[in-house]
Amino acid sequence: MAYSDKVKAIYQDQLKSIQDAGLFKQERFIHSSQAADIEVEFPTGSSIKKVINVCANNYLGLSSHPEILKAAHDGLDSRGYGMSSVRFICGTQDIHRELENKVSEFLGTEDTILFPSCMDANAGVFEAILTSEDVMISDRLVHASIIDGMRLCPAQHDTFKHSNMEHLEKKLQLHANKRLKVVINDGVYSMDGDTAKLDEMAALCEKYDALLFVDDSHSTGFIGKTGRGTHEKCGVMGKIDIITTTFGKALGGASGGCVSGRKEIVEMCRQKARPYLFSNTIAPVVVSGVLRVLDILSKSTERRDKLEANTKFWRDGLTDAGFILKDGDTPIVSVMLFNAKLSQDFSRDLFDLGIYAIGFFFPVVPQGAARIRTQISAGHEMHHLEKALDAFIQVGKKYEILGKTKQEIIDRYGC
Amino acid sequence: MEENMKDIILEYVIEEYCDEEDDEVTYDTPLISGGLVDSFSMVSLKRFLENKYKISIPDADASPEAFDTVNSIEALVKRFL
Repeated sequence: MAYSDKVKAIYQDQLKSIQDAGLFKQERFIHSSQAADIEVEFPTGSSIKKVINVCANNYLGLSSHPEILKAAHDGLDSRGYGMSSVRFICGTQDIHRELENKVSEFLGTEDTILFPSCMDANAGVFEAILTSEDVMISDRLVHASIIDGMRLCPAQHDTFKHSNMEHLEKKLQLHANKRLKVVINDGVYSMDGDTAKLDEMAALCEKYDALLFVDDSHSTGFIGKTGRGTHEKCGVMGKIDIITTTFGKALGGASGGCVSGRKEIVEMCRQKARPYLFSNTIAPVVVSGVLRVLDILSKSTERRDKLEANTKFWRDGLTDAGFILKDGDTPIVSVMLFNAKLSQDFSRDLFDLGIYAIGFFFPVVPQGAARIRTQISAGHEMHHLEKALDAFIQVGKKYEILGKTKQEIIDRYGC
Repeated sequence: MEENMKDIILEYVIEEYCDEEDDEVTYDTPLISGGLVDSFSMVSLKRFLENKYKISIPDADASPEAFDTVNSIEALVKRFL
């Protein structure tokens, strides 16, 4: 038997190390649909508890929306369950191309190619369009999937300090002699909830003849006046060369992603991107759901407007209560606690009070930057937010952190 | 010469990786294990050292451990001078 005691011991030791470091991840089983109110079994085996979810990427509250469910059912009935093929053999339906065209229209781009996930889009795009003569210059806080994609690409890579335009300009000057330069960043940063300075980046890219890439997964559908994304908010629609985004968050939250942008770049992905070439694309049932989502969002801004109002209420409420928040105006609202153990204790106490929010700490966030990350949804009603706010204040009082400075919290709990 | 090399490396690390609000960085500050420099961003430091000291550091030697402090980086550079 190849799986000998020796091999088994190696994995057991590694798992124990993860546990000893306090980094062992455990799933919490949800026994209901994804929504503002969910039923959670945690710890495993315990009785089911009804809680308010403030940690989902369900920004527009569309994950279980009746119109999306109906569209998905219709798609299942008319186009079946699976494709049993990659796109270029016999795995492309009319609705796959229809969705690509709709996404291009929604984002204001030239063309779009679907991927099984945005993780796959980011994993495949760089290798498909760059060579060793090129350079990728990325913000230091870009998503892990982008880093994986850059690792798979033979182009040189370099990084610049988070959102630091002077540092970016220095890097563009340093790599002036490269064939192609690509500036890479997230539209909205998933841990801090801040927005990329896409207008300044677009100007720098124009000045130094560089391509501009943005992963708008935490933006598409609700950032910008009509929810088109960070490029709309920053007034640079049409100036982003490559956008990657997901259908697994605001746009129904099921799965799937895409690369959208310049026609030739999208075509290069269709010819060379490995996750596109060697994996089935999005299932018809999901494609049908996303098509309906885009219809809803193209006709009305009601949901993103409600999300904006909910976010303002939530940020104002926490700030007035004396919590320290990461700056920003997006629905990703990080409540800073700085100490890892405090973030875990705080999360557990919130759960006891019926609020589901997760504490994050190093290495997911920088050392000494532990926090509770909350994510607001258009699916939240005022009574959800008021109850959640009450719970945060109650727990904040318990740990005596309300109105305290960062240094005061660190002095008491360490970092 | 030894102090000079350390200071040059320290100056680059501060300029390249630190923000104003970061704690003071010394020769012994853990850069990677301490979360100040991520392993992906380490590449610019490697490139700087190779250009500055006209050396080539094989990828196998450019480990997170070897790049973890200014002291260990200096030791690494000296192996290839």
